Amino acid sequence: MTRTTARRGLAAAALVSATALVAAGCSAGSLGSSSGDASGGGSGATTTITYLTPSDDTTVAQTKALITAFQSANPGVTVSTDTRPGGADGDNIIKTRLATGDMADVFVYNNGSLLQAIKPEQNLTALDDQPWASQLDDNFAASSKGTDGKLYGGPIGTAFGGGVLYNIPVYKKLGLQIPKTWDEFMANSKKIKDAGGGVAPVEQTYGETWTSQLFVLGDYANVEAAVPDFATKYTANQANYANTRQALAGFQHIQEVKDAGLLNKDFASATLNDGMKAVATGTAAQYPQLGGSAANIENLAPGKTNDVGLFALPGDDASKNNLTVWPGTSALYIPKTTEGAKLDAAKKFIAFAASQQGCEATIQASPPQGPFLSKACTLPSDVSQVAKDTQAYFDAGHATPALEFKSPVKGPNLEQICIQVGTGQESAEKAAALYDQDVKKQAQQLNLPGWD
Amino acid sequence: MASTVSTPEATRLAASGTTTKTGRARRKGPYPYWFLLAPGIIYLVFFVVPTLSSFYFSFTRWDLFTSRWIGLENYRTFFAEQALVIGLRNTVIYAVLTSGLKVVLGMALAVLLTSKIIARGYLRSVIFFPVLVSAIGVGITFTILMNPEKGLINTSLARVGIDGPGWLTNPSLALVSVALVDVWKGVGLATVIYIAGLVSIAGEYNEAAQVDGASRWQLFRTITLPLARPATASVITLSLIGGLRSFDIIWAMTRGGPGFASDVIGSVIYKQYQAGFYGLSTAGSVVLFLLVTVIVVPLTRWLNRGED
Repeated sequence: MTRTTARRGLAAAALVSATALVAAGCSAGSLGSSSGDASGGGSGATTTITYLTPSDDTTVAQTKALITAFQSANPGVTVSTDTRPGGADGDNIIKTRLATGDMADVFVYNNGSLLQAIKPEQNLTALDDQPWASQLDDNFAASSKGTDGKLYGGPIGTAFGGGVLYNIPVYKKLGLQIPKTWDEFMANSKKIKDAGGGVAPVEQTYGETWTSQLFVLGDYANVEAAVPDFATKYTANQANYANTRQALAGFQHIQEVKDAGLLNKDFASATLNDGMKAVATGTAAQYPQLGGSAANIENLAPGKTNDVGLFALPGDDASKNNLTVWPGTSALYIPKTTEGAKLDAAKKFIAFAASQQGCEATIQASPPQGPFLSKACTLPSDVSQVAKDTQAYFDAGHATPALEFKSPVKGPNLEQICIQVGTGQESAEKAAALYDQDVKKQAQQLNLPGWD
Repeated sequence: MASTVSTPEATRLAASGTTTKTGRARRKGPYPYWFLLAPGIIYLVFFVVPTLSSFYFSFTRWDLFTSRWIGLENYRTFFAEQALVIGLRNTVIYAVLTSGLKVVLGMALAVLLTSKIIARGYLRSVIFFPVLVSAIGVGITFTILMNPEKGLINTSLARVGIDGPGWLTNPSLALVSVALVDVWKGVGLATVIYIAGLVSIAGEYNEAAQVDGASRWQLFRTITLPLARPATASVITLSLIGGLRSFDIIWAMTRGGPGFASDVIGSVIYKQYQAGFYGLSTAGSVVLFLLVTVIVVPLTRWLNRGED
């Protein structure tokens, strides 16, 4: 027993020294907007809360608009922003700050599978009792809950689809129809290739690795339409990508477009912005991508926003071609370390973000590409074509949340594995098996039953 | 950190220097032992404790909040997974390639820069300059230069009618491209070590051999090369250790990609850490530690044999 205590002691010392470095590193990189901190405790007239958010331009602009609107509606509360990098580096900052009790009063983090990795039951304040909780979109609410069934996340931003962004003028010029099956998609692509003119039928952008995953992640709606209990079985290690034909199809599609020579010439080095520009200007016809990425078109190719539309990745069955959707990739959370007046202010802030006024503020900075996450908010009428196309799938009941919202199991190396297929290093079948192996580590880390 | 670590070492050396005179009776140094206390505590807290606890955590499944003992499972995972095995193989290739090139090029440049050529001092600083630049900066710069469509290297090659390869996007070329950049950046240090080694070779040997009619090649092979052996040992040891634990340039240039084609242990460890597999990534660090030890300790023994 004493030995374990000693080990714990060592562990704690190591952790403290390690996290001190991380915390120091992240505060050095933050925006210099912490001036409000000093006035926080003093007079009691105003409460200052800190807000931690990703540092990409869109989010920063969105945050600024939201905070300005909130502060003018609530003069007693000041919100000071702190930023963190996105992706896996950001995950680590969130985890270490939570582990050391040093988290901001309100923070933005992923919902869905990644939420479970920060142990919401242990680290976050439940928000079920909030007035806005009953108005949430069902998919968003379901993906913002802990394993105990309590709601931990508040809404920010909009939902969006993950499918194929396509160039409408190219489709019109060649008289193409929106494909409902994979065969139709390939037939369209071949027509685009044969028509020539330097238009790449399918755009891929491996210079930004995460963009490679859309063929697999965006195909999930088709998997679920064919195998309704896939997510449950997948979580319990009873079904996987290699042994489920419909799930394997995503990997095969990457290989097929590569083998058929349908990709843009610079697919290995192009970035997301290159890809968005290509599909907006018509040098590429189809780009499997998140609908949310279309928010940036106006900056990359001014005036081309409505030249781009979105359709669901097609599968086997035209009658069951649903759109895979992301009911918000992130949510607002309050850590357990936020208490007293700050907790009240933090709750007020989230309630504001869930109101029509808050929703409108967030879309000032970046145009919405799908419906809001709270039923209390409605979209303006002049939204982009991608938003309209996405909304149509929602209205028709053809929107299925991505697998990461149905199962906590997601491997970290999917993007590299997809690139292995796309660059011809591995076959689709081998890649699916590799991904199943990758997933196992995550499941074991989460201590899920059936994986040891 | 480095200076605090070297302090006890210096004290020990100073102490042992005096004991040779006073004999075995009592080791009496010029400084009292409590001088060691401050650096000793810093060393203990920031080096010994984290090292030992990392050995412990490598046997657990750890999520920063809780850890669970799982024995050798992490190591089994590490060696069973294709990506990790590629990383292990690439690490060795990368280390041997960069180390070998640094020895050969470093020696060649040192011979050139110790001979009587114009602008020698200027050329010496030019060769050394890349060593001073941040690895991330070098990595990002070369990533742009090596872009297959828009990069300066391939657009220049296209001017003379050569269709340049995808330096960083071709899976079979990516690791070599990064290794070449690493050599470009690091060869200056090897050159400086060799210059120091060559300058310390007494001129009489060469003069005597020249009188006997030895050719330039014979001078190099039979005098310069064997007498520069201590320098060679330093260059190999330093560059091999550097190569085995390299991470920064690779991460800045390819992030281990395309796919896993240019992953090394360093980048694999980092990716496991990013994914939140803290136990697994700690196990990777232990593997790296063992790999460096297993390769470098016997190598330095062999390189320095007969020197003492």
